Order: sequence, then C-alpha cells, then structure tokens
Amino acid sequence: MRMATTTTLGYDDLPELLTRLTGDEKHDRSSLSTLDVLWVLYDRVLGDEDRFLLSKGHGPAAFYAVLAAKGIVPVDALDGFGSFDSVLGYHPDRKLAPGVELSSGSLGHGLGVAVGAALTGRRVWCLVGDGELDEGSNWEAVQYAGRIGLSSLTAVVVDNASAWYGWPEGIERRFMLEGWIAQRVDGRDHEALEAALLPDPDATRPRCVVAEVTR
Amino acid sequence: MTGMRERFYELTREALDENDRVAVVTAQIGNDAIGEHPRHFDVGIREQLMIGVAAGLSLEGYRPVAHSYTPFLVERPWEFLKLDLGHNDLGAVLVSIGASYDAARAGRTHQAPEDVALVAALPGWTIHVPGHVDEADRLFRQALGGDGRTYLRLSEETNHARVDPGWLKVLRRGSAGAPLVVAVGPTLTPVLEATSDRDVTVAYIATVRPFPHEELRDALADGTDVVLVEPYQAGTSAAEIAVALRDRPHRLLALGVPNEELRRYGTGAEHRAAHGLDAAGIAHSLESFFETS
Repeated sequence: MRMATTTTLGYDDLPELLTRLTGDEKHDRSSLSTLDVLWVLYDRVLGDEDRFLLSKGHGPAAFYAVLAAKGIVPVDALDGFGSFDSVLGYHPDRKLAPGVELSSGSLGHGLGVAVGAALTGRRVWCLVGDGELDEGSNWEAVQYAGRIGLSSLTAVVVDNASAWYGWPEGIERRFMLEGWIAQRVDGRDHEALEAALLPDPDATRPRCVVAEVTR
Repeated sequence: MTGMRERFYELTREALDENDRVAVVTAQIGNDAIGEHPRHFDVGIREQLMIGVAAGLSLEGYRPVAHSYTPFLVERPWEFLKLDLGHNDLGAVLVSIGASYDAARAGRTHQAPEDVALVAALPGWTIHVPGHVDEADRLFRQALGGDGRTYLRLSEETNHARVDPGWLKVLRRGSAGAPLVVAVGPTLTPVLEATSDRDVTVAYIATVRPFPHEELRDALADGTDVVLVEPYQAGTSAAEIAVALRDRPHRLLALGVPNEELRRYGTGAEHRAAHGLDAAGIAHSLESFFETS
C-alpha cells in the first residue's frame, strides 16, 4: 500500500539514485534485473489499496531507488546504505524502511505470505526471481494458489536465467500446469510490462508474469 | 471428559462464527473437525505455506490460528516462524497437538520434545503448556484476544485437576528453606504424587515464556534447591532458572525428556515412564538429588 507521495523524480533519475545508494557507477546485475519491473509497478500499476511484496529481497538497490523516486523513501536515506544507522539494508526490513511491506532476504518466503494476504481479497503483487524458485516453499504457494483460483494474486518472476540448473521448458509452463494464467514478456519493455501487470477484473485465476531480462 | 484437542476444535469453530477477525490455517490435520468456513483455509500438506499464509492474513489485520501436529507446526517450518512471523513482527496463534510423545506408536517422526526449545529460541513468543483442558480453553481464548505470537502446546497427558489462573502458582508450601519443585503443564499430577511425603514447596506454571523469574525467586524464599519438571526436552527452561537466581547460590535438577532417541513405539504412558517422568521416575530422581545435598 502506497504512502502519500510528492513525486518529483522519474525513470531517468534512477541511475543517479542508484549511484547515491552504492557510491558506485556500476551496479550489481541482480539489483538492476528488477529495475524496470519495479518502476512499472510503482509508476503505472499499483493503486493505494494494493500490496506489493518483494520476495526476492536480495539486491534491493533498484527497489530502494524506485521507492525514493516515488517519494516513499526519503532520498537522503539512500546515503549510508547498509550502515548501522541506515533504514536501508542489503535485505529490506519492513520495520525500518518506509514503504517496505515485507521483510525479505531469505529466499522462498514472499509468495506464501502473498497468498495469505490475497486470500482476504487484497490485490497483491509478489516479485520473485528465477533463481529463488529453486526453493521448494515457492511451489507450495504456486500449487495452492493455482488450485483454488486465487485471482487477486499476481506473481512477477524476474528471469535473468540465474537458476543454476535452469527451468527446462520454461517457468511459465510450470505455473500454467498448476492452474495459473502465465505469460512471458520482455522485462525491459515498459508497455509490455504494464499491459501484463495491470489488474484484470475478469481474472478467475492467479497470474504469473515472467519478465525476461538478460544478464 | 473432553480432551484438549477436542476443546480446541470446539472453540475454533465458535471463534470462526463469532469473531470476524479470526482466520484458521491448517495443513490436513484437524480439517474435518474444524469444518468448512470461509475463513478456514486448508493448504494441503504444505506446512511452510501454512505459516506464510498465517503471516499474510496477519498482515491484513486478521488473527490467524495455525494448527498441526507438533513436528509439522514447529520443526518443519521453523524458519518461517522466525521470519514470516517474527522478523516481520506479525502475530499468530500456533496450536499444536501431539506434545512430546502422544504419538508414541507413530515413532520418532511424530514426536517433538524439542518444540518448546525451538520456539523459545526465537524472540517475542509467548509459550503456553496447559496441564488441563480448562487451562487450554482459557489460554486459547486469551491468545485469540491478543495480537502477539503465541504457541499453545496441547497434549493428551493431563492433570487430575485444573490450576487456577496465575503465572506461577504455589500449590503446596514447605518449611522455611525447603526445596522448590516446579511442575510445568501435565507433569503436575506425577510431581504431586512423587513429592507427597517430602518437605518441599510445589509450584506450577503453564506459561513458560516469558518465564516468571521474580515469582520463582519469591517461591524459593530462603531455599537453595530447585527441581524443574518439564514435559518436553530436559533443561529447556534451565537457563531461565539461572537468570532468575543469577545472584543466589543454588542447585538445579532439570527433568524432562532426555535429548536422545528412545527408539521405541508403545504408549505415551510407557514413554513417560521410560523418560523418568512418571511419579516413580520423578521420585527416584528427587531421591538422588536430595541425597547429595
């Protein structure tokens, strides 16, 4: 659920915010793989009553940069990322950082929590990574949500082909077998992401959007 | 008499009907007894998801109750207790059945004497170990009305009578300086029998976390010897006694289920005896402990 914002920054400001976070001109691939998905979610998709749970809490720089650009996290908070007094750590903490709705970092936890929240009728988007899907706990959530037709849930899988043993025949096929509506889109294409991620009032099943990005 | 498990199911059905805030998550245990309800979610045999779903419901303002057999509620999804509930600071009521060895016939896979130590290792949990169905009833209602993280450990073993509310209840007072015997939950009846001819103070607790440090000091009065009898892993609360008596010389005998595999089937009563937790076993342990004082 978004906080009231005084938005002043846009997509083009994100590199500068990322540099401010890390003090580095170059950025960890995993922090950037989620950048466009997060931007589209916060800029075009999520409403005030919606919930976004970042399950893949590893590499959260892009998440913090987007929250800062949207005025949810104060830009000043980006300085000192990961330091003792910072509210922004290498894995997000909902008790510390404004706008963070799930403390994450250990992989395979967010989707289950998202299912619980979505069961109440709340619209929930949950971002996981393709590598994160190695964790069996994700599949408990995928199976259950699919079988009961949990239509208020959207899982966004950022796929940068980092799963060590891969996903033969594709991640989306696995979700479809469990009863989800699934599609693969270009994870850098904002229009395609928006179209795939916007709420579908007619949905009767949970949705999976695999956002493909190159490493 | 209705057992703790049956009472829990009755109260759960009642709570679902009467309290819009209550939601129940199960994983194929207790499913039929609780019955269908729009806020009863059975997730299939998926215990990690059971805890995650409880956390998600809590995030949305509900009071989730998650329920299963002890090893599947606490041990398999332990990191989900730590993170989904604990680290996210979300409340839930976890209710287990099976205790340490109720399922003696089912073998090691269905026995979890480690459960209280595991939950107690995490910050911020209240842990109840009722010794009677009426205590279980009261503690469950209390937990439903709260918003914290509560673990309620139900057992088939039960005391002959309930103990009135109170954190640490002194049930029998010994002479000045007498040893203090603390019975936890369903160990009370054998403790009372084992101590019937001894000059000891007998106290009872059903809520072991937080632990009643000050109350224990008061109950021990001028004594130095403490015997703690817990129906789960021996020594689970020994460190709490050490904290309570940190500045007082004392001796402690901590009885409970030994941290070793019994590797036997049979009945709960047989396991209780094998672990030295029946009246005879407790009396025997007291004898050796007091001989050396």
